[in-house]
Amino acid sequence: MFEILEKRSLNPTVTLMTVSAPRVAKKAEPGQFIILRTDEDGERIPLTIADFDREKGTITIIFQIVGATTEKLNHLNEGECLHDFVGPLGRATETEGLKKVAVVGGGVGCAIAYPVAKKLHSLGVEVHSIVGFRNKDLVILEDEFKAASSKFVLMSDDGTAGEKGLVTDALKKLIESGEKYDRVITIGPLIMMKFVCRLTKEYDIPTVASMNPIMIDGTGMCGGCRLTVGGETKFACVDGPEFDGHLIDFDEAMARGAMYKEFERHAHEETCNLFKEVK
Amino acid sequence: MPNMSLTRNEMPVQEPDVRNKNFKEVALGYTEEQAIDEAQRCLGCKNKPCSTGCPVQIDIPAFISEVAKGDFAAAYKIITQSSSLPAVCGRVCPQETQCESKCVRGKKGEPVAIGRLERFVADWHNAQPDAAVEKPVSNGHKAAVIGSGPSGLACAGDLAKKGYDVTVFEALHVAGGVLSYGIPEFRLPKSIVQKEIEGLKALGVKVETNTVVGRTMSIDELMQEEGFETVFIGSGAGLPRFMNIKGENLNGVYSANEFLTRINLMKAYRDGSSTPIKAGTKAVIVGGGNVAMDAARCAKRLGADVTIVYRRTENELPARAEEVEHAKEEGIVFKFLTNPTEIKPTENGWVSSVVCQEMELSEPDASGRAKPVPKEGAFIEIEADCVIMSIGTSPNPLIKSTTEGLDTQKWGGIIADDNGLTSKEGVYAGGDAVTGAATVILAMGAGKKAAAAMDEYMQNK
Repeated sequence: MFEILEKRSLNPTVTLMTVSAPRVAKKAEPGQFIILRTDEDGERIPLTIADFDREKGTITIIFQIVGATTEKLNHLNEGECLHDFVGPLGRATETEGLKKVAVVGGGVGCAIAYPVAKKLHSLGVEVHSIVGFRNKDLVILEDEFKAASSKFVLMSDDGTAGEKGLVTDALKKLIESGEKYDRVITIGPLIMMKFVCRLTKEYDIPTVASMNPIMIDGTGMCGGCRLTVGGETKFACVDGPEFDGHLIDFDEAMARGAMYKEFERHAHEETCNLFKEVK
Repeated sequence: MPNMSLTRNEMPVQEPDVRNKNFKEVALGYTEEQAIDEAQRCLGCKNKPCSTGCPVQIDIPAFISEVAKGDFAAAYKIITQSSSLPAVCGRVCPQETQCESKCVRGKKGEPVAIGRLERFVADWHNAQPDAAVEKPVSNGHKAAVIGSGPSGLACAGDLAKKGYDVTVFEALHVAGGVLSYGIPEFRLPKSIVQKEIEGLKALGVKVETNTVVGRTMSIDELMQEEGFETVFIGSGAGLPRFMNIKGENLNGVYSANEFLTRINLMKAYRDGSSTPIKAGTKAVIVGGGNVAMDAARCAKRLGADVTIVYRRTENELPARAEEVEHAKEEGIVFKFLTNPTEIKPTENGWVSSVVCQEMELSEPDASGRAKPVPKEGAFIEIEADCVIMSIGTSPNPLIKSTTEGLDTQKWGGIIADDNGLTSKEGVYAGGDAVTGAATVILAMGAGKKAAAAMDEYMQNK
């Protein structure tokens, strides 16, 4: 069984969990993901690996409470077990040959951007981290990013943390000031990644975006996670989750991401009511 | 004196208009009386033509003669000498093109209902209290089986009976492969699949779910670090194909794999399921195989009006005749000589219709079937809010891409000899991973053959 060894709230809607999964931890690399189920009848949900410890045999996941399953997950405590936990899935972040990289994260996507920044930093790559949140209450992993970056820029929509503005504003400023990146890696909401990629295209900087679409098996079997990259259909689970950001059809990805929104909203409300009754 | 009736005993089924609204099994199985009566139609041919039509060569006249006598336990014993999954095969085997096509009684009248008898015997056995299973004596060797579908389960069962310490690795959270995620409950109840797997566990087979070989660990690691001396790859053909037409990524377009997995594996058809499904009100299924029939009949049960579009005619349908018949009875509409060319969207990115080219048949192609060619300028548009692509699957590339020295065909199938031996020493393969999408019984046969070859390899090692 996959025991929850640590549970910590990073902000009101984002939780960190460290889970015992020695086989997954042995092979995990930044950029890869896991699929979990909370209980016997649970949904399979993919979550990108936020950190791992091969010696302790643990995987850290960081998730935002957005739907019924993440709500259920958030109700589990240290010492309790997840029903299923499979991985590592997908391809790892490519780090070969990189010298200077801008890592651009948004919201809970920063949880996934962080291990990438950490790995690059450990390989001696110069890392500039640009992270954005809606406001100061939602900021996560600030110290961790600082430790893994030679430059750290914090942005917020309302100016209550770091500078006021979007991550694209900060990235543009750095590029304009003469910083030469050989790659930009961006992880966050689709709309943010779309605009980061649009910006870097103007400057011709190779850019990788990490996609987290709806999927079931995570091994290439269902095709639910398909997206269009450079006019071709790709499966995020086996061909990704990272793709050339200049080739991704973000508008299609956004439409596909909304496929079960109505169902999710309904299920989420039901779950919440259920918990209220229990209390 | 045999029963010389020209017609076979009908198997009771749920009424079409009742069953197309529920997910319970369609065919209900013979009673003891019906089974004995049907078994008495067998002439007990000495040369056993039926057995030659069976991919695993069950001694069919022998088991049927036990059924005729009413000794169902003896019949079960005979079947399981050759078959590992009788309750499954009795339900999903294409008997009409295998054993039953060779039956002498079929020359004048209907062949003996061998499949129905096999199913009856297996169900009878499963209804008896579990007998204590004797665990085979260990021979001290470890064998790994990758994938818990029909080929993997058959291979694991045979190896366990020979005393191997067998571990089956399964990527999903439930064992059974296509038997669990693909074939619907109304054709193959999942309790039957689980019963067969419990039977293997009783023999000492270990099943590790949530383990993706090729990601969680490689075949080389299994052999070098975890002490497995021989490995069987039964990873199936699970990669769905799409048509690469405009609109295929719109919301409401599913691969048959995704649609069926949501329903069968994730139980999305149940009220309160945490996994959603949208079969819509008007579903179009593209393809003519058994999987297309399964998807169509599931969509119907979820309340949709269902149309199957197929580019050839009814005569070329690859699905079993019985499945096509069942689908028609349940109110599914077939449009033949029709091939989608575009899926049109609604304003908010959902499917609104499928544009199809009308086709006509010309000369036979490489597969021997008449080749469908477009009828110049003839298009129709079918309104739809759900489209399910069921045009085939290919082997998953994950194992190929992570196993050095494992040769594969250009199209992805693992290259293996008649006994399942691959280009890698000690590594065997069988089922859809080798042949491309085929049937449960062929996969099972390949698993059994490989188990025998693996045993021989270990003996001579």
